[in-house]
Amino acid sequence: MDGAAILDELRARFGSAVLETHDHRGDHTAVVGRRALRDVLTFCRDSGALAFDVLMDLTAVDYSKFPGREDGPRFEVVYHLYSIAHNHRVRVKVRVDEDDALVPTANSLWPIANWFEREVWDMFGIRFDGHPDLRRLLMYEEFVGHPLRKDYPITRRQPLIGPAH
Amino acid sequence: MGVGSFFTSKLDEAIGWARKYSIFQYPFVTACCGMEYMATACSHYDVDRFGAGLPRFSPRQADVLFVVGTISHKMAPVLKRIYDQMTEPKWVVAFGVCTCTGGFYDNYATVQGIDTIIPVDVYIPGCPPRPESVLDGLMKLQDKIATQVQRY
Amino acid sequence: MATTEPRPTTTREFMLGEGGGTGGGSQPMHLGVGPQHPAMHGIIRITTELDGEMITKSDVEIGYLHRAFEKDCEVGGWNNAIPYTDRLNYVSPLINNFGYANAVEKLLGIEVTERCTYIRTIMSEISRVCDHLTCVGASAMELGAFTVFLYMIKAREFLWELVEAVTGARLTISYGRVGGVKADLPDGFAAQAKKAFAETRLVLAEVHRLLTGNRIFMDRMVGVGRLSREETIAYAITGPLLRAAGVGYDVRRAQPHWAYDRVEWEVPTQKDGDNYARYLVRMAEMEQSMRIAEQALDAIPAGPVNVDHEGRPIDPAMYVDQGKQGKTEGLLLVPITLSPNLEGQGRAAQRRVNVHDKRVVLPPKENAYGSIEGLMNHFMLIMEGYGIRPPQGEAYFATEGANGELGFYVVSDGSDRPYRVRCRPPCLPPLAALHRMIEGEMIADLIPTFGSVNMIGGELDR
Repeated sequence: MDGAAILDELRARFGSAVLETHDHRGDHTAVVGRRALRDVLTFCRDSGALAFDVLMDLTAVDYSKFPGREDGPRFEVVYHLYSIAHNHRVRVKVRVDEDDALVPTANSLWPIANWFEREVWDMFGIRFDGHPDLRRLLMYEEFVGHPLRKDYPITRRQPLIGPAH
Repeated sequence: MGVGSFFTSKLDEAIGWARKYSIFQYPFVTACCGMEYMATACSHYDVDRFGAGLPRFSPRQADVLFVVGTISHKMAPVLKRIYDQMTEPKWVVAFGVCTCTGGFYDNYATVQGIDTIIPVDVYIPGCPPRPESVLDGLMKLQDKIATQVQRY
Repeated sequence: MATTEPRPTTTREFMLGEGGGTGGGSQPMHLGVGPQHPAMHGIIRITTELDGEMITKSDVEIGYLHRAFEKDCEVGGWNNAIPYTDRLNYVSPLINNFGYANAVEKLLGIEVTERCTYIRTIMSEISRVCDHLTCVGASAMELGAFTVFLYMIKAREFLWELVEAVTGARLTISYGRVGGVKADLPDGFAAQAKKAFAETRLVLAEVHRLLTGNRIFMDRMVGVGRLSREETIAYAITGPLLRAAGVGYDVRRAQPHWAYDRVEWEVPTQKDGDNYARYLVRMAEMEQSMRIAEQALDAIPAGPVNVDHEGRPIDPAMYVDQGKQGKTEGLLLVPITLSPNLEGQGRAAQRRVNVHDKRVVLPPKENAYGSIEGLMNHFMLIMEGYGIRPPQGEAYFATEGANGELGFYVVSDGSDRPYRVRCRPPCLPPLAALHRMIEGEMIADLIPTFGSVNMIGGELDR
């Protein structure tokens, strides 16, 4: 199935819950509302025509310094889905505000989401509702803040031992 | 020079000579430099020619700590503990520019040189250093071992 | 009188008595493995709960080599991220370079030249062979087969000499560029490469004789660390581990890029999904990689040779000299398409490798010295605030890394710096599923299983 047909399928099924679609440089993308996210992902995985059996990647982007988007929702959580059977891809995005950075977990759909979501929590401070074990993945427990946020200075060090420079 | 100090200095020389050709290293391998460490240790460059061919993977059996690769702040306490577990006499080689200064990883995650945590005897810069410069660093360490005041 | 045949006892029962190690009311023991462990080539901490020698529960902790790759990329220009990508998977850095460069090219909407796609294919495959050699060698060493390790590293040296001839460095090569590569292949590279492949093939044949079918090796590998096909997919595992579980997914075949659809090769698969199957897949892939590289070396297109306005080949050294004296009459505005190369201006005129797009690719050295246009072009690409400026948007590009799908997701805000660079690390999913592979197995089996997932710290922790 080609990308445009996938987006059509999603729009037909979820209507206004699909907020926006585009296919910049051949990557087909659907921005969906947070309430519908879980249903959209479940549909993507289970529908025979889509059959997205691999959650290839899950990450986030902090748009707080992006020209023209400073006032919009701060974060975008990005899901890259791939289907081995049909050899097609789609990108699903969901936007969340900083003071309500909570996204439903995809852990029960794809177990790999467990670690990907832990990484997003670690790096961006976005929480995942229903995640069984939301610990930091890469940084240590004592670390304060979320380094990939645009307002975290790259050289703010928090050493466990030794000088902080 | 008295007779006593004559014997001590000769004994020092003898012990230094013995020690410099029986280096038991502990490779604390973390990152990219480990690939060049492997290359140095294997047939083409053959670190065994310098009596340093046998890595010991217990810090208590090792003389030289080779810190090979970037040390992150999460890893730093582990490195310190390994160093503390080694018995005297002991030496430390900083292998690669990340261990010397942090290299181009000037960021929140990386220790800016392991000499902020443990003392270092020989620095081998390079990202990663070629096996030739590793061998050069090893020979510098041998010189240092041979000429220093020996403790026994 | 018929005697009943006694049930054959397993090694475990023989050593521990019946039911031993299966949870007969004993107390669990906790054992931490790592982060610095002699038999594991990578820093990772595995906390295990043991019943006898059997792992009943485990937890994997990573992040000990987190070097802020994604944050570092946001600091410099688009090409400044190339050295950081070297150090993601430092055993096959060329693939990372090209994967990242291609993601940015996708964002810019440009295509590299035909010759460049072949160069990327050839160098990626050489890199892949290096990676598999290191993986198989190191995991064999951890099982006690030190000879195999020495042989494999010997073969890797032959290939690294090739890499050095092309890129100038052995390991962290920074050879990829947005819009092409740093330099063309050196003269006589094809013959040199084929010789190195022949040597590598000899080593692989030796290793096959030493390991494949070796009783000790098979006892440690067959049936160990198994992961079912369904679970492998659910954990988003790609690459050799997925192919060892019977799924023939390979990005090079599924979404052909570069020159992969113009050469003949096979996707080797196995069906058992255990350590031995992974070993077999890697061994077969090395042969396929060399096959791809050899065909690409034969088929690499010549492309246009550089000529001046009268059709004569340009001697770059003379061109530079004349340019410095201001004697540019007749040469002005002639598109000089020499690519920067390691031998500088001392080398003969050569084919164009990089894409002809002044917004992206640095002009050849000869051009920067020889004409004001070239100089301006160079200046604009280097100065802060100018440089490569992809339009606002995002792109995801995937290539087949040595450990599986290596994806780069890049976001541009229209400035000369990446707004966000995300690397989809191929060896994170296998590590996330590692507890599923080791639980229920013996503690000693942890070592070959860990070896077979080929954890690379730089790419796992970034």
